[in-house]
Amino acid sequence: MAFVTANWNPLGEAFYRKIELYEMGWNLRDGLRDCLVAAAPYGGPIALLKEPQRRSPSARPQLEIYSSSGVSMASFAWKSGPVKQLGWTVSDDLLCVQEDGTVLIYDLFGGFKRHFSMGNEVLQNHVMEAKVFHSPYGTGVAIITGAFRFTLATNIDDLKLRRLPEIPGLQGAPSCWAVLTQDRQSKVLLANGVDLFILDNTACTPVTPPGLSPQANSIVHMTVSFSYKYLALFTDSGHVWMGPTNLKDKLSEVETKVRTPPRQMVWCRRPKSQQPSVVIMWDRHLLVAGECKDTIQAGLSTVAVSVLDPMFGYHLDDESVLVPELDGVRIISGTHHELLQEVPAACEEIFKIASMAPGALLLEAHKEYEKESQKADEYLREIKEQSLLGEAVRQCVEAAGYEHEPETQKSLLRAASFGKCFLSNFPPEQFVSMCRDLRVLNAVREYTVGIPLTHSQYKQMTVQVLIDRLVYRKLYPLAIEICRYLKTPEYQGVSRVLKHWACCKVQQKEEADEVIARAVSVKLGEAAGISYSEIAAGAYECGRTELAIKLLEFEPRSGEQVPLLLKMKRSQLALSKAIESGDTDLVYTVVTYLKNEMNRGDFFMTLRNQPVALSLYRQFCKYQEQDTLKDLFNQDDDHQELGNFYVRASYQEGKLEARLSLLQSAVDEYNKAKNEFAAKATEEEMRLLRFQRRVEEEKGERVLGYSLQDTMHCLLAAGLHKQAEQLYKDFRVPDKRYWWLKLSALAEKEDWDELEKFAKSKKSPIGYLPFVEVCVKHHNKYEAKKYVSKVNPEQKVKAHLAVGELEGAAEAAIERRSEPEISLVLSRCSPATDSAILDRLNRARATATKK
Amino acid sequence: MAHSRRRDAPELPDFSLLKRLAKDQLIYLLEQLPGRKDLFIEADLMSPLDRIANVTTLKQHEVDKLYKVENKPIVSMCDQLCFLIRPRIQTVKWVADIVNADKAAGKFRRYKIIFSPQKFYACETILEEQGVYGDVSTDEWAFYLLPLDDDIISLELPEFFRDNFLEGDQRWMMTAGSALHLLHSLYGPFSKAYGIGRSAKMTYALWRELVEEGEQRARKPDIGTVFLIDRDVDFVTPLCSQVVYEGLMDDIFRIKCGSVEFGPDVTSSDKSVKVMLNSQDKVFNEIRNEHFSNVFSFLSQKARNLQTAYDKRRGMDIKQMKTFVSEELKGLKQEHRLLSLHIGASESVMKKKTKQDFQELLKTEHCLLEGFEIRECIAYIEEHINRQVSMIDSLRLLCLLSLTENGLLPKDYRSLKAQYLQSYGIEHLLTFANLRQLGLLVEQQPGETLTVMESKVGKLVNDKTAGKLTDAFSSLAKKSNFRALSKRLSLVPKSGEDYDLRIPRDMAYIFSGAYVPLSCRLIEQVLERDGWTGLEEVTRMLNGNEFAVTAGNSGGESGLKTDTQRIILVMFLGGCSYSEISALRFLGKERGYKFIVVTTAILNSARMLEAMLDSHM
Repeated sequence: MAFVTANWNPLGEAFYRKIELYEMGWNLRDGLRDCLVAAAPYGGPIALLKEPQRRSPSARPQLEIYSSSGVSMASFAWKSGPVKQLGWTVSDDLLCVQEDGTVLIYDLFGGFKRHFSMGNEVLQNHVMEAKVFHSPYGTGVAIITGAFRFTLATNIDDLKLRRLPEIPGLQGAPSCWAVLTQDRQSKVLLANGVDLFILDNTACTPVTPPGLSPQANSIVHMTVSFSYKYLALFTDSGHVWMGPTNLKDKLSEVETKVRTPPRQMVWCRRPKSQQPSVVIMWDRHLLVAGECKDTIQAGLSTVAVSVLDPMFGYHLDDESVLVPELDGVRIISGTHHELLQEVPAACEEIFKIASMAPGALLLEAHKEYEKESQKADEYLREIKEQSLLGEAVRQCVEAAGYEHEPETQKSLLRAASFGKCFLSNFPPEQFVSMCRDLRVLNAVREYTVGIPLTHSQYKQMTVQVLIDRLVYRKLYPLAIEICRYLKTPEYQGVSRVLKHWACCKVQQKEEADEVIARAVSVKLGEAAGISYSEIAAGAYECGRTELAIKLLEFEPRSGEQVPLLLKMKRSQLALSKAIESGDTDLVYTVVTYLKNEMNRGDFFMTLRNQPVALSLYRQFCKYQEQDTLKDLFNQDDDHQELGNFYVRASYQEGKLEARLSLLQSAVDEYNKAKNEFAAKATEEEMRLLRFQRRVEEEKGERVLGYSLQDTMHCLLAAGLHKQAEQLYKDFRVPDKRYWWLKLSALAEKEDWDELEKFAKSKKSPIGYLPFVEVCVKHHNKYEAKKYVSKVNPEQKVKAHLAVGELEGAAEAAIERRSEPEISLVLSRCSPATDSAILDRLNRARATATKK
Repeated sequence: MAHSRRRDAPELPDFSLLKRLAKDQLIYLLEQLPGRKDLFIEADLMSPLDRIANVTTLKQHEVDKLYKVENKPIVSMCDQLCFLIRPRIQTVKWVADIVNADKAAGKFRRYKIIFSPQKFYACETILEEQGVYGDVSTDEWAFYLLPLDDDIISLELPEFFRDNFLEGDQRWMMTAGSALHLLHSLYGPFSKAYGIGRSAKMTYALWRELVEEGEQRARKPDIGTVFLIDRDVDFVTPLCSQVVYEGLMDDIFRIKCGSVEFGPDVTSSDKSVKVMLNSQDKVFNEIRNEHFSNVFSFLSQKARNLQTAYDKRRGMDIKQMKTFVSEELKGLKQEHRLLSLHIGASESVMKKKTKQDFQELLKTEHCLLEGFEIRECIAYIEEHINRQVSMIDSLRLLCLLSLTENGLLPKDYRSLKAQYLQSYGIEHLLTFANLRQLGLLVEQQPGETLTVMESKVGKLVNDKTAGKLTDAFSSLAKKSNFRALSKRLSLVPKSGEDYDLRIPRDMAYIFSGAYVPLSCRLIEQVLERDGWTGLEEVTRMLNGNEFAVTAGNSGGESGLKTDTQRIILVMFLGGCSYSEISALRFLGKERGYKFIVVTTAILNSARMLEAMLDSHM
């Protein structure tokens, strides 16, 4: 503990520290010499391409992938073209940019995923230099070709190549360049001598960094910070200029006294730090340059220089690589992996020598407490007197997050926990979540996992992404443990990991379909929100159709199974699944697909076994393809429906002949369907149509298309009694019907003579009451009365009443001695005018009821 | 009404939220097509749209001109066309034709189709086949539910009935599921679900799937129970003549989307008046559930009350008069206007319905329901057909006869059919085919035929689908079993007793005391028994497919049900009639429930049978 500050170096008003993360597990004979190296940010993997310039088939370059702790993950001989640049994507895929502009993508384990080209121009002029960069839009690639033109792709997953405009006055290669993300656009910043240009999609704009030392003749190196907010330029005069990327002002300029161009230069800046600083590396020398109020000469010795120096240096034992992070710089060498960062404020406050900050006192108090010394109380009092105990606890918790050593973390957290005992109402969340976070971080920093994340990086990256990274590394058990430990909702956590596991599992070619399917279902059985169809899709993609089908069986939502089944050409199965899902739209999708895939006969056969699909398709055909509909019925020998189809068609047909022939087809079909009734009815319709045409031609009466009844009515109304009579006989119209019809037709015409003749022609099958009523309806009481006498006794009362003959009604009622009828007549009598009838009726009623 | 209220019925939730949601979404969709545009609206979406957003609102969002969708070429000068349509193949085809015509004429416009309530893949296929897929952008207006009144919500999908039950096309099932899901997420979670019928079961399953996919929010439910019922469980009820005021209004004047147009014969002027019929109309609210024979006395009482209220102003001083004019007069005037309208309507109904033949019609219906003097009924129907009284009414009687008698005797079937064709034309051959398929009008068959068909089908395909097929076929040739059901559920009260229609005893008052609607009786029984236990025989006769699910551990309440569980959402798949709604309102008052009726559309006998005609296509 006492040595916490031993690795601290002051710079300006802050301290910098270098922490050892790992002793590298790899065994590199020549260290990093003659290697192309790419290390992913956020403690990501490291890729090495040894001796990249080798070309002969006998001695190929070796590509190796390691975790941050140097544990080997993949290693293979590079057999493709010469590689110019390596880089990692945000989803831990390795990009290898070849000289010809082809970019090959490999996964963490060296498995080839895909490749893409950066375009023809690059192919012709070759890649001179390439850079892989990250932005909110994904991972991008920028290339400068042998013809000094830039080509840029902002997101390799949605590849849109952009060739940037030409730079005026550029004769040779630019002295240095960098990619910026500004105004939601990726741009290139480049230096040609001392001139700076910004290249965007449309233009090349010259810019000048304010206050750049006049001694400079050329900018030889430049770097942009992790957040794209800051820019550092290194000039041939040995000056380092630092400022914001918008070049509106200058933060600092330091003279390094080294004129050789550096090997690498990166920003090293905490997110909230006030102080800008860059780390510059030459072959064996590392320099941290910070803010400079006045340029003070600094000796380039190995150890730190005096206070307020704008820089300090380290000696490097070995060839190294700098990896910029959001809160520091990682330094990877052949043997070690270190983190260089500004000491966070909380740590500084606590560990600075002779610090009286509350956190420092609390830590001290706890130490004394553990020693069982009464001094603990003194320290504690001192904090409490200033009522800073809460602040002290907070400081300790925060500092614990910044410490890499579990021991230091523990002592800080213990101190915090100790301090908390003397506080009431102190919110526990910060402490609890810090403990959780640290547990997770320590687990992933573990040598075998090798992800040296800092707390700030972890917070920036989020748990979800961390889980993803673990999944990419196939560290499924750890990922699941972390999800469970953090109580991540199943859907985002455990289920997601299991899904990836399953997708990976299905690619294991050596295992049998059965075994894999069972293993997957056993493991995934109870997890919520698992989509078996996605896993099945994975299986299908690596050519295991049978396995995919087996896996699909586990998918509870049948709708989800359909698209994949279609893709696998299991259309029959897809159709039944679609129907099972109850989603008609899905059924329809499959039906359309089948229609295009199969020949007509097979298609119809398939539909025949699926009534839902069939009725759906029929619906569609009804509006779109009438003929198909007919074929469909034909195929099924559904004569009944065919008959109906022809009848329907006949109504859409204007011409009589066509109509008749359609009806004839209908008759044939109905006969085949043994539906004699329909056949006969249709035949009659044809007969009727022909008859109607004849009437139209001969008599000019418009009756075509009328029903039998309407036709007769029309004929009778027109006085064509003979024709009506003929229909009546030909179509065996029931007597009653004919009588009703003729009766109303004649009454409507008010042809009372004809009506009388008709009434007398023979005995009416409907009785004579209708005659009475129809006359009354047409306001002809005189005619009505003629028929009253003919009405049978049961209805006589009604008949009399209809014509308004109370007396007759009364007589009839009395004669029939029917009580209800008497009452009926009574209700129509008014005491004023019909008193005589009233009396008689009342008397009759009395006798009727007596009986 | 002189009801003894058992318990205070709970308050109904506020459904205006549904309208607001629909409106906001529509506006959002219109804004997606910025600039001036002409809007083409599907005819049967016009009235529902009117309830959601009026013309002013549409104009505010840069709708220039409004057109009705008619299947003919359009005249529009606007360079942006927006189509608000149902997802129907013909309409989409029409839009495609417009686009193609514009292309041919070298006219460039932007087109957008808004499908309501959802789009179907079939529609997109049409656009693709017609080669305009890229030219037309499509969107969905998730306008599933239109609250017609405080307790009636309609999906306004009349075609659900035909598509689902006749054509066997289940495309609307997802819509029903989504609609239920919407209600569930706004007013649920529903803790109990009952249901009967194939569509009910499917809707339930689809809804549960949606619930499980979506996130679950714990909230205090407004509605606790939901009852799903298929229309084909009970075809008899909607086929009966309606005699309760609201139902009668629908039978005679055809209530459209909650509003009715009274012609000159009602308004006793030369103008027609459009009136909203809902609980806002105080007069209507009091008589809507009354048997028609009571309506006149109610109205005259009302008139007298109104007169007294008017008379108050006599003997008032100036100040009183002032308050009277400012506070009461307007209300009185309004009431006066409504009263005279309803009196006019009642008179017009009286003219039509008190005639001898209507009484005879009712008598026949009642005889059919009771299974009494069937021969006379057949004779009456025959005469009805012969005299061409009414195409739909004849058909209705035929269907009632078939449903109540488990099919017609072959001899009757043939002769009645032949006569019907003679009266109304041979095109009704297709109507009869449809009715037969639906099981509305069938020929009595020897019992084993069905099973023979089933086993034949079963051999054709594998076992899994066979079950489904059998399902489908049993609906083809199913028996209605009405008589047995009626006995078991005592749907027809004992005749001979006088039924005082002014003081209803049970739901039978809806049909003059002659018949308790089967659908409502089922709901009553299931709620009473808290499930289907004891109704096994009944469900067997109704082709099964019943279910009762209690979610979570909310059960266990002993006897006393919570308020939310006494609010019951009844969803009719395939439509319901106003009489059924009145019956449920009555049941609610009796038992302390509140029913909310969600229906795919408001149905009556005429609409139901018109959907069976094939001539409209």
